[in-house]
This record gives sequence, C-alpha cells and structure tokens, in this order.
Amino acid sequence: MATATLGAAPARVRSSRRLRTLRKIGLGLAGILGFLITWQLLPTLGVVDPRFFPTATETLAALGQQFRDLEFWRNVGRTMTAWGIGLVIATVLGAVLATVIGLVPFLRRATHTTVEFLRPIPSVALIPLAVLMYGYQLQAALVIIVFASFWQVFIQVLYGVADVDAVARDTARSFGLSRGSRIVNLVFPTALPYLMTGLRLAAAVALILAITAEMFIGNPGLGREIVFAQSAGNYPTVYALVIVTGVLGLLINLVFRAVERRALSWHQSIRGEEVL
Amino acid sequence: MTLYTSTVVTPRPRSRVWAKIGENTAYAIGLPLILIVIWGIWATVAPAQFFPSPAELMQAFVETWVGPAFFTDVLPSLARLGVGIVISIVVGIGAGMLIGLNRWLRELLEPMLEFFRAVPPPVLLPIFVVLMGPTDAMKVVVIVVGSVWPILLNTIEGVRATDSVMTETARSFALTSAQRLRFLVLPAASPRIMAGVRQSLSIALILMVISELGYSSSGLGFQIVFFQRNYLIAEMWSGILLLGLIGVLLAAIFGFVERRVLRWYHGIKEVERV
Repeated sequence: MATATLGAAPARVRSSRRLRTLRKIGLGLAGILGFLITWQLLPTLGVVDPRFFPTATETLAALGQQFRDLEFWRNVGRTMTAWGIGLVIATVLGAVLATVIGLVPFLRRATHTTVEFLRPIPSVALIPLAVLMYGYQLQAALVIIVFASFWQVFIQVLYGVADVDAVARDTARSFGLSRGSRIVNLVFPTALPYLMTGLRLAAAVALILAITAEMFIGNPGLGREIVFAQSAGNYPTVYALVIVTGVLGLLINLVFRAVERRALSWHQSIRGEEVL
Repeated sequence: MTLYTSTVVTPRPRSRVWAKIGENTAYAIGLPLILIVIWGIWATVAPAQFFPSPAELMQAFVETWVGPAFFTDVLPSLARLGVGIVISIVVGIGAGMLIGLNRWLRELLEPMLEFFRAVPPPVLLPIFVVLMGPTDAMKVVVIVVGSVWPILLNTIEGVRATDSVMTETARSFALTSAQRLRFLVLPAASPRIMAGVRQSLSIALILMVISELGYSSSGLGFQIVFFQRNYLIAEMWSGILLLGLIGVLLAAIFGFVERRVLRWYHGIKEVERV
C-alpha cells in the first residue's frame, strides 16, 4: 500500500486542507441530517407501516426515556461486563497459545488442520451447548464470546510471530541473546501490530456475540431488552436500543483504533488493515 | 526464486517426494486423530452427560442429516445463505464503487455507513421479523443487511486507494469510464474487496443460523435448538458438526476463489518480498 507523504506544507496548502476538512464535516452532518429526515418521512408518508416502523422523533423520545432509566444503564453495564470479561479471556488465551504454537514449528504444522477446522465453526452454533452446560447465565454467554473472539487474536498473533525478520533473528542468535530476551526484544515487537489488529477485530466481534447471547440465551443485558421490547410491541424502544448497540459498537471501534495508534506510534510499516 | 549454489543435496528425488507426502499427511491428520482417540477414551471411561462419544456422534450425524432432512432443512438454509451472500457481494461492490468514485457522496454518507457497520447484525432480526414476518425473504434480507457492510466499506476504501498515476494514465489514454472501471478500478480494489468478502462470509453464516433460531420452524439453526430443548444431545452435536463443516466448506471455496482472483496480487507480493 503506497501512501503519498507530503513534506512541510506551505500555508496555502494547509488552508485548503482545512477547508477540505470543514467540507467533510459539513457533508457528514448533512448526511446524518438527511438520514434522519428520510427516516422521519418514511412512516409519516405511509411508505412503511408506522405501527411497526416508528418515526425518528418517536425513537429519539424513547431513547431519551431510556437514558433516564437506571435499569437501562445497568443493562449497558451487564452487556459491557460480559463483553469485557470475554475479550480479556479470549485475548490472553489467544495471545499465549498463538505465541507458543507460533514459536515451535512442529506445533505449528501439527495444529494447522485442527485450527482450520475449528475456526470457521460459527460461534452461534455453540449457543445450545452453552445453554445446556450453564443455563441462562453469564458463563453461557462467555463461552460464545470467547470462542468467537479467540480466533481473531489467535490467528493474528500466529501470523505476527511468524513474521519475525530472518536477518534480525539470526543476528539476535549470533549475538547470543537468550530465548527469553529474544521473545521480549524481537518476537514481541514484531507481533505487537498483529496483536493490536487482532484485539480490535476481537473487540468488535465480542460485542456482536455479547448481544447475540443476550438475545438468544436470555442472560440479562441490552440484547434481552431488545427481545422483550419487541415481544411487548414496544417498537420505538426496540429501535432506540438498536441505536444504542450501534453507538456502543462505534465507540469500541474508535477507542481501539486510538489505542492501536498510540501503541504503534513507533511502528514504521503501514499494513493493509482489515475493516470490520 | 531460489538460487542453487550447490548440487550436493539432491539424491533420489522420487523417494523424497513420497516421504514428504507421507510426512505432510501425518502432520495434517495426526493431531485430529489423537484428539478423537482421547475423546473416545474419555467418553467411555467417564461418560459426561452433554458430551457423546465420537461413535455416537457419527451415528447421530448419519441418522439426522443423511436423508430427507438434508433436503428439508439443510438445503433451504444453504440456499438462503448463498442468495444472501451473492446479493451482499453485488450490492456491496456496486454501491461501494459508486460511493468510492464520488467524493461528495462519500463524504456525505461516511458517518452513517460507519454507524451502520457498527450495529451488531443480530439486532436486525427483531426489526425485520416485525416488518416482513418470518418468511424466507426476511431471512435473506437479514443476511444481506448484516453482511453487506464489510464489503461495501472495503470497496470504498479500495476504490479510493487506486494508484493516482494509473488513474491519470488511464485518463490520458482516453479509456472510457466503463473500461476504467473494468480494467483499473475493480482490479485495484479487489484485494480490499476480498478481505471484506471474507468477513462478510462469517457474518452471513452467523446470521443464517440466528435467523432460524427464534423465528422459524425449519432450517439448521432451528433443528439444533429443537434437539437441545428435547435433550437429543448427540443430534445437537451433529448439527454443530454440520455447521462446522459448512464453515470449512465456505472457507475452502473462498480460498479457491481468492487465489484465482488475486493471483496477480499474490504474485506481486512475492516478488516484493524477495
């Protein structure tokens, strides 16, 4: 991926760039506004059934009502707790296992087919099993969350550990670095960008699965509230909660992108990023 | 490209080929075999309530899925998945090209697209069930609406990242816009697009299962939950196994297609690495 690097920008270029940023923000706001207006008009003009498709104002009113409800914030907390615990377990497991397997060529070859078979299993297929094992509890949700996000971290770190520069590795060996210091000074910095990418993907996937688990396992949280509101026929609340989940996803994306940039500010290479 | 500076190490090539194949097969099936054996022993020594033995699982698998169930439950699920994926790819690439090539359109839509991508796809299900009823069309729509975003956003990214020298070259050689799309923009964006498709596949598979979990009376997802609720443990596991197989199959098909579509790209990468 080639990017044009600009040198010191003269004042004119800088001001035109500022203009462009302004234009971008303006157009973005116009887009959001346009979306809200379209949303408002669709049920009002009767294009879709207003009973099942509330207007933007109704939904925003329901959202405001949720914000004043303590139970709503508790549910946000429950969802984020499941997300956080799941993500931490998956990250630690994934990073450790991938480092061990990645560093030993024998293990790497021996586990390849097993990994390639287990990885594509959709984690939601495990929902019935999780329910049988743990019932309608947090642990059942964690099984699903960890299984899904584990692979994101595991695969990335596995690639990362394998990516160690051959010259650097041989240099480290001939300078007599111990195994421990090779891992700290060579393998870890090489694998860190991959780990961060894996972490960001895993964070997004973990949220999806946390909410899915609440919807279909029934442990308390935002997902269960969506299902409850839908069966109660309270559609503005359904839409409001969907918006909340979207905002949570957006925040998680932004935070992890920022963490990635911060943690890799020293890193020179620009790798093709996968966007989820 | 390897440079051979010595010819000492090439005795009896044929026997080494066979040894190599044997070694690779051993590596490929070694661990799965060991795991299955351990699992089998475990299941006979200490039978766990929710974990059938491999033999029971295989028997349940054959009894459950080989026969009419394949046509009443598996094929319709797969058909919905296939249709959903195809529509996602077509819509994603089409809309992505359009948005990626128009700067103002891109800037207008970008914040909304970022938001839609961030919405966890499964929450769409309660919405579309109410709007469309528990129909096949609803399930396909849920799959499309959930899995189109990675393709769409990656296409926009890919189109935007088209090499500017090449764009200008195409312009000065007076390529028509259709030609430019076909021979420049689409190939230039294809590595990104394929990365998006890979993500969409797993989301689509998740949504295929989920769309059958709560609001359906047939299909793979429904069957697995049905087995679980009736404590048909081996049958439930056989469903999980089948979903795993579908996942592997999907990954294999994707890998095959990707290698063909991106052959030139992998070639360039290899040259760069050397």
